[in-house]
Amino acid sequence: MDAQISVRDIVKVYPNGVVANKKVSLDIQEKTIHAIVGENGAGKTTLTKILFGLELPQEGEIFVKGKKVHFRSPIDAIKMGIGMVHQHFMLAENLTVFENLILGIEPTKFKIFLDKKTAKEKILKYIEKYKIDIPLEKKIKELPIGVKQRVEIFKALLRDVDILILDEPTAVLTPQEAEVLFESLRELKNQGETIIFISHKLKEIKAIADVITIMRDGRVISTNSNEELTQHDIARLMVGREVSFERVEEPKEIGKVVLTVKNLTYTNSERIKVLKNINFEVREGEIVGIAGVEGNGQTELVELITGLKTPTEGEIRLFDENISGKSVREIRTRGLVHIPEDRMKNGVAEKAKLKENLISDRYYKPPFSNKGALNYNYIDSEANRLVKDFNIITQSIENPVSSLSGGNIQKVIVTRELSSNPKVIIASQPARGIDVGSEELVHNFIKEARDKKCAVLLVSADLDEILKLSTRVLVIYNGEIVKSFNEVSTLRAEDLGPYMLGVKRGD
Amino acid sequence: MEKFVLKYFNLIRTIIAILIGFAVSVLILVIVSTSSIESIKYLFLGPFMSVSRIGNIVELATPIIFCGIAIAIPFQASQFNVGAEGTFFISAAFGTAFALIIQKLNLPGFIYIVLVLTFATLFGGFWGFIPGYLKARFKANMVVLTLMLNYAAYFLSIYLINYHFRDKSAGFLTSYRLPENIFLKQFVPNTRIHIGFLIAIASVFIAYYFLYHTTLGYEIRMVGFNFHFAKYSGIDVFKVIVLSSVIGGLFAGLGGMAEVMGIHRRFLWQSLPGYGWDGVVVAIIGKNNPILIMFASLFLAYLRIGGRVLNLLSDVPFEMVGVIESIIILLITAEAFLENVKYRITVKEAEKEVFKNGSLS
Amino acid sequence: MDPFLKSILSTSFLFSVLRVATPIIFPALGVAISALSGSVNIALEGIMLVSAFTGVVVSAYTQNLWISLFSAILAGVFIALLLGYFSLKLKADIILAAIALNLFSSSITVFLLYIIAHDKGVSSSLKSLVFPSVKFAFLEKIPILSGIFNNQNILVYIAFLSVFVYYLIVFHTPLGLKIRAVGQNPEAASSVGVDVVKIKLYALILSGVFGALGGVYLSMGYVSWFGRDMTAGRGFIAIAASSIGGNLPLGTFFGSFLFGVVYALTNFLAPLNIPSEIIQVIPYIVTIIVLTFYSARVSKEKEVGEE
Repeated sequence: MDAQISVRDIVKVYPNGVVANKKVSLDIQEKTIHAIVGENGAGKTTLTKILFGLELPQEGEIFVKGKKVHFRSPIDAIKMGIGMVHQHFMLAENLTVFENLILGIEPTKFKIFLDKKTAKEKILKYIEKYKIDIPLEKKIKELPIGVKQRVEIFKALLRDVDILILDEPTAVLTPQEAEVLFESLRELKNQGETIIFISHKLKEIKAIADVITIMRDGRVISTNSNEELTQHDIARLMVGREVSFERVEEPKEIGKVVLTVKNLTYTNSERIKVLKNINFEVREGEIVGIAGVEGNGQTELVELITGLKTPTEGEIRLFDENISGKSVREIRTRGLVHIPEDRMKNGVAEKAKLKENLISDRYYKPPFSNKGALNYNYIDSEANRLVKDFNIITQSIENPVSSLSGGNIQKVIVTRELSSNPKVIIASQPARGIDVGSEELVHNFIKEARDKKCAVLLVSADLDEILKLSTRVLVIYNGEIVKSFNEVSTLRAEDLGPYMLGVKRGD
Repeated sequence: MEKFVLKYFNLIRTIIAILIGFAVSVLILVIVSTSSIESIKYLFLGPFMSVSRIGNIVELATPIIFCGIAIAIPFQASQFNVGAEGTFFISAAFGTAFALIIQKLNLPGFIYIVLVLTFATLFGGFWGFIPGYLKARFKANMVVLTLMLNYAAYFLSIYLINYHFRDKSAGFLTSYRLPENIFLKQFVPNTRIHIGFLIAIASVFIAYYFLYHTTLGYEIRMVGFNFHFAKYSGIDVFKVIVLSSVIGGLFAGLGGMAEVMGIHRRFLWQSLPGYGWDGVVVAIIGKNNPILIMFASLFLAYLRIGGRVLNLLSDVPFEMVGVIESIIILLITAEAFLENVKYRITVKEAEKEVFKNGSLS
Repeated sequence: MDPFLKSILSTSFLFSVLRVATPIIFPALGVAISALSGSVNIALEGIMLVSAFTGVVVSAYTQNLWISLFSAILAGVFIALLLGYFSLKLKADIILAAIALNLFSSSITVFLLYIIAHDKGVSSSLKSLVFPSVKFAFLEKIPILSGIFNNQNILVYIAFLSVFVYYLIVFHTPLGLKIRAVGQNPEAASSVGVDVVKIKLYALILSGVFGALGGVYLSMGYVSWFGRDMTAGRGFIAIAASSIGGNLPLGTFFGSFLFGVVYALTNFLAPLNIPSEIIQVIPYIVTIIVLTFYSARVSKEKEVGEE
């Protein structure tokens, strides 16, 4: 067996009963860039977690460099020369780059004390070898995202790995930053590294991969060399049917201004100005997309508009009334709803019943309750109606939300938010990490709301989503709106890139 | 069978934890007692051997039920408020003082009783407000705050009683005796089971209704499940944190005064009686559900009375019960205890679903 | 000069501050090291009790200080390990598990005290050894410092030393680096092969050692007997002390020192004809106030409801 990694008949069942890998088999050859692609929930992240010792499979065998292995923890994987760069950086924010780099491989003096000098010498040697530039004494939290990722990759190299797993490494990067990353990956391949590259972005895969494995629904569908597949083939194999990337039709009628953001500035608790003088309007019946690389102030913008945070300066006007500083409840009663970016953190109480999650914004209103007493007859019938109308797949409204799949949990949130006849929708990453079917549904619900004269603010890092739904597009970079596009039908992702990276600025 | 185990898994787990606790106690008795068989009998059957002992179980369960509810309400909001101990104590002290002060008004018995109980209840609410507010406003650590407040409550109460309401004729440190028309009637012959027990049972149902059938109860539970979600939904988390502590305090305060009026008829504690900690124990065993807490309190009281019988009639000290209790709580709070059994059943069920009809090939 | 002020400014006052701060310094270091690893450890109360008890009993039977110290540390570590086992392996909430262990410690010590000494209050029938006081010749000649620092119990000096040891562990050993990393981002630590559970367990073991030293000091230095629930809330005060100090070595020391001052004041105020309950309540009220101010200052970025 000359493959670097051979996987045979892997089965993984999670404690909640979800079967993520159903007899997966795969070979990965030395010194190749091997892409594993598939929609969210296809099982590729689970597979890489198993390869890196983060999850234990119930069945199946793994061979690394011809040797059968049983990884019980990442230590075992690292010992066999496997390193991983996670989607969410695995760095301790308050420690320095140096401390993060040596964590787990600390040289010692007298067997007890840290030998910082030896560690530094080794790091400098590797910096020279791989020509990677990183500031050693800075704390991680002071670094931009691209540099953090470089630290992550370097951290793996420092551990002398020759197989590098990258889990959706470009998800947080701009197209330009991604290009830099690809350059260094090619360089690493030339230096003898084997790279496993997880993604669901077809263009990237075509650009970088030597071999492409497609996964769907927990199974491997095919493994081919790059040349044998077109983007179209990959898309078809990934989702098992043709998908339209077509834009939704233009709105018929755009009405009056509903939401106005005026000179909005926000300084966070670390005294960093996260938002600088933001101005825009959203009208009835239109979807305004805010495009940008994550972490450029979008989260704060949404939290300010929805009342979770109070602006430092400026105004947010809803129907000609200044709502900045008002409570979430006050803002919600005025017809503004919010599909939150972090589904599990804000969107649901996963251990609470489904029906309890569906009423969290309206339980205090009659007929859901009367004089402080909950009316379960009405709540139950209403919850059952919503489950049916919005196609939430569950056995009972009495079950906890945690028993649902990711896509269905997102449907629960969208159902609750859109079923209250909203006037304004703030949707943040509404289709992140959910299956294609649910994504279609969610996008349709948003479009339907638009057609019912809702004003929609769509904040997304997914350019396809922005280009598919938006009537107008604003680009946010470093806390500022740097460009607005009023004509979206002819807009391409590449047009947005330079603005998202801050290379170009509009007027 | 598998489905049944999955459905009632938590109940089965609790029962197994209790059985292990019993097994350990038998083991300890076999080791330390010179007449183990007798001792085992005292511990487990002792509480049922006379009417007065059965009465003792109910008497002891009464304050524990109150404190269990007082702990469960903030716990439902994920606020680790362990202040019931001090709240119970200081409300009883100030309630006693209040009862003695308004004694001269010669109020009719019923009004007098209602007035004093109301005062103590509200005082409990006030004492609960302190950590609730400090936590919500300044984000101070709830556990530490309430631990400190328990000590503060203790010293302030002792000061109040010993310096201002001390009955010097009593021959021991205690308050003056309460007037007879404020006694809560002991209504079962040969026991000291008093009206306070009925109030406790009523409180159980009130608390249950409050938590599961009112909007504020809903808010408390949602904050407990996920406060980010509560905030995002428009629930006033600040209000919920404060009120969950206040409402918990109300029940502790009521319980403290009922205990004084029903059993002792004067404030005679010179050390903390520990009912607040018992409240934590029963809240854990009863998963913060008032009705389950009622049963847990009776169970705990049964254990304690068994321990007392043991202490009285054998050579084994009462503190053994504390050891058993702690083992039971540890096992009940240990979420992963027996979890692998559940997991194995779940996996088996899921695999059955997936692999049937050979759909994997 | 006002006699009260005079007694406060005396060397004997500062001497007693150190004396009473010591049984807070030890558990505060214990709380701090587990806090750095991300565990809230409120079981120091139980750890200290069990160690105080073990120290006295073992010393009564062996009449050997070293063996009793060693056994007391083992006993403290045992409780810490139980906490670790239940919270880390069996996924119990660490606060609830610690409450159970405090109850366990309080009960088992009285239970065993009765079995061994047939007394449920104090261990006066057990002839326990006491750790000696130390006289430093070089300090003799320095007037004020000698009055404060000389002739303290050896464990008081060990408390000082422990603060330094704590500093070395946290900032100059791989273990300390791992503890900090695990506390900040457990996923990150485990992704580079750090065994999070093991590191948290090590931190708890260390907190068991520190707590045990505190317990031993109470029963074999501060006094010479074991008494029922003799820790009297010091394990809880320690939480306040370490959080005031941000879990840093010097900070934790000063937090503990502050409570030492308050406790010592309580003793020194006693002759002033104030009811003892009023004096005794002071440390607790001060803890509440200090903790509140401290929390308000450090937790501006925390959201309402967050622990």
